[in-house]
Amino acid sequence: MFYSIDLTVAWAFLLAFSVFVYVVLDGFDLGIGILYPFFRKKEDRDIMMNSVAPVWDGNETWLVLGGGGLFAAFPLAYAVIMPAVYPAIIAMLLALIFRGVAFEYRWRATSRLSKRSWDAAFIGGSVTAALAQGIILGAFLQGIEVEGRAYAGGWWDWLTPFSVLCGVAVVVGYAFLGACWLNMKLEGEIQHRVRIMARAFFVATLVGIVAVSLATPFLGAGYAARWFGWPQIALTAPVPLLIGGIALLLARSLFAQGRDTWPFLLALALFALCFLGLGISIWPLAIPQEITIWDAAAPAKSQLFMFVGAIVLVPIILAYTGYAYWVFRGKLDPEKGYH
Amino acid sequence: MDTFLGFDAVMLARMQFGFTVAFHFIFPAFSIGLASFLAVLNGLYLWRKDEAYLRLFKYWLKIFAITFAMGVVSGITMSYQFGTNWSVFSDIAGPVIGPLMAYEVLTAFFLEAGFLGIMIFGRDKVGPGLHMFACLMVAVGTAISATWILSVNSWMQTPQGFAIAENGQFVPEDWWEIIFNPSFPYRLAHTLTAAYLTTAFIVGGVGAWHLLRGNKKNPGVRIMFSMAMWMAAIVAPLQIFLGDMHGLNTLEHQPAKVMAMEGHFESHPDGAPLYLFGIPDQEAQELKYAIGIPKVSSLILKHHLDAPLDGLDTIPREDQPPVAIVFWSFRIMVGLGFAMMGVGLWSLWARFRGRLYEAGWLHRAALVMGPSGLVAVIAGWITTEVGRQPYVVYGALRTAEAHSPLAASAVGTSLIAFVVIYFVIFGAGVAYILKLMHHAPALGERGVRVEPGPIRTSGITPERQMRESGRDIAPETS
Repeated sequence: MFYSIDLTVAWAFLLAFSVFVYVVLDGFDLGIGILYPFFRKKEDRDIMMNSVAPVWDGNETWLVLGGGGLFAAFPLAYAVIMPAVYPAIIAMLLALIFRGVAFEYRWRATSRLSKRSWDAAFIGGSVTAALAQGIILGAFLQGIEVEGRAYAGGWWDWLTPFSVLCGVAVVVGYAFLGACWLNMKLEGEIQHRVRIMARAFFVATLVGIVAVSLATPFLGAGYAARWFGWPQIALTAPVPLLIGGIALLLARSLFAQGRDTWPFLLALALFALCFLGLGISIWPLAIPQEITIWDAAAPAKSQLFMFVGAIVLVPIILAYTGYAYWVFRGKLDPEKGYH
Repeated sequence: MDTFLGFDAVMLARMQFGFTVAFHFIFPAFSIGLASFLAVLNGLYLWRKDEAYLRLFKYWLKIFAITFAMGVVSGITMSYQFGTNWSVFSDIAGPVIGPLMAYEVLTAFFLEAGFLGIMIFGRDKVGPGLHMFACLMVAVGTAISATWILSVNSWMQTPQGFAIAENGQFVPEDWWEIIFNPSFPYRLAHTLTAAYLTTAFIVGGVGAWHLLRGNKKNPGVRIMFSMAMWMAAIVAPLQIFLGDMHGLNTLEHQPAKVMAMEGHFESHPDGAPLYLFGIPDQEAQELKYAIGIPKVSSLILKHHLDAPLDGLDTIPREDQPPVAIVFWSFRIMVGLGFAMMGVGLWSLWARFRGRLYEAGWLHRAALVMGPSGLVAVIAGWITTEVGRQPYVVYGALRTAEAHSPLAASAVGTSLIAFVVIYFVIFGAGVAYILKLMHHAPALGERGVRVEPGPIRTSGITPERQMRESGRDIAPETS
């Protein structure tokens, strides 16, 4: 028994890890789509898209691992969450289709109109996918109604002011990540504009983080007690303090010149801390406020079988994914593009 | 009962799953073969240093990039469709099939996605050796992916190695038995071969198109047509053999499916006929206007003319699959399989007479058969999936008991959204692919990200490019 409990916790961490990797990786490439409307010149848009063309596909694979892993390790949670946020999930999937194919179609379109349409698909798809992901997060945090082993709530339960707030916060946060990525990959005049945008979205992201953090305790007594109860507060208080510290460093690096990599790395740290905060709120629930990870867990035999593979394969995946990023490192040459 | 446009939620969920997975299936069916073809072309280029192979590689790489992107985005949908539309199935069967699908992500999807960027954009950055390695990893990744997902599908057809827990969940007992369930080896061999044939016929169709347009001297066109026809001649007969083995395996484990495929409503105690044509009438439990060859079905399935074969009259009505769909989709698949073999043999004859690149009627046939693999793959898939009904996990979980607690309007609305968007998006993708195929592979074939217009980087002037593109070398015949 002790051994199956361990596995369940291990799987919760592994899934949280893959969702986090998804959020920051696809976050910056979705962010580029969100930033597209601010750049109207074709050459600017070309190079922005090219900065993520070799990696976007791998980034989205983490979303498949998140979905597939939830299905495999916590089938009950998967079976309850998906119907609960059905319209938002479908919207996200369709949006990802639009923006995913735009990566290829944009270069094949010959007429001005069709090129513009795929740009619009890239923008609309990126914004909608980010918004839907934030809304799903909000709907999850505010709790899901369960009866027996199935979702028992209504068709529109997921749509509340809180979930929309989370949606907007995620859109803004992804735009910030995207701007930091572009700041790292581009140079010259466009980098200058990207950096200004990064500053604006940095402020907006902080506003989003504060708003969601302030609203969460009002969702239910559980969250307030978790964060403000004694003695937990000794452990929870450092998280907002660290977020404040990272924010100061980010402000410094964004307003100073010549630090092109730091803003992106610090933005990753900021997201990691927010993610940790979410984890503190939710732990150890698989579905707030109804089902714990142990209630939702697949049988030990299923979790063990996968865990053996995951422990070997995830480091290998990280290694070759890292290698792929390494191959395409450094500033992009706008004249060459990728060949 | 809660309905939407006359359909209940289960039917709508089935239509949505069927539609999204059938659409998705088209892309991997093509890209599995294409990834291997590209790896072979790149290998031949590195080995023989013949630029024609590099040109062909770049030519098909552009098509591969679009196909792969469509496969990825339609595939992400699939990993969530289980939960959105089949949540009861997900809860019950998740402990068994979930881990297999997780392994697919870990061993295949990341491999493909991780090396795809290097394959498409990285030749100059990593050098020929590592680039070749990336091509191989992408090709191997597509095959690994097919292996896992077919193991899942086969387990749903011929489940074993599990127990049922108190809460109703299927609990794995023996992973070896689950993964290597009885129909898996046959389905894997049959489906992978189908993917290779599909690609061969698309490549052959494109080659035939350019031969018919007079590009007979273009080395790229000749190579692709020749390679495709070798595949057709060797693999199509092999595929018919594999299909027969798969059929015998199905007879052993899912006899009702074979009865539906054959249109055998009644039992035949002394030799069953092979029906070539007929109109299945499931209400009346008979095959109307049947045209058949006596005893041949027994010969094929039992290797004996007088062997008895049970019919659907031995299966309770509520356990029968929908016969008409299975009966017809099976005939489409088999018919196309034999037509493919016909083209393959025809090409051998033309090759033997030294007229492979001049045989106009062979080229016309190959052109018409270009998309035949895609049609056959979908028809075969419909045969096996509909033939499994009324079960989602054969004999263990009924489809009607597996769906999500969703309103019919919710499933119906999203179904319409999927249909409209898929046709727009994938219609555009197919149009772009056809446009790429319309051009013959030329000297100075561009990479994936270089735009139409004057080439700045390759150093070939437009005149030279025109002179050396296959079109110009070939004398105009008309």
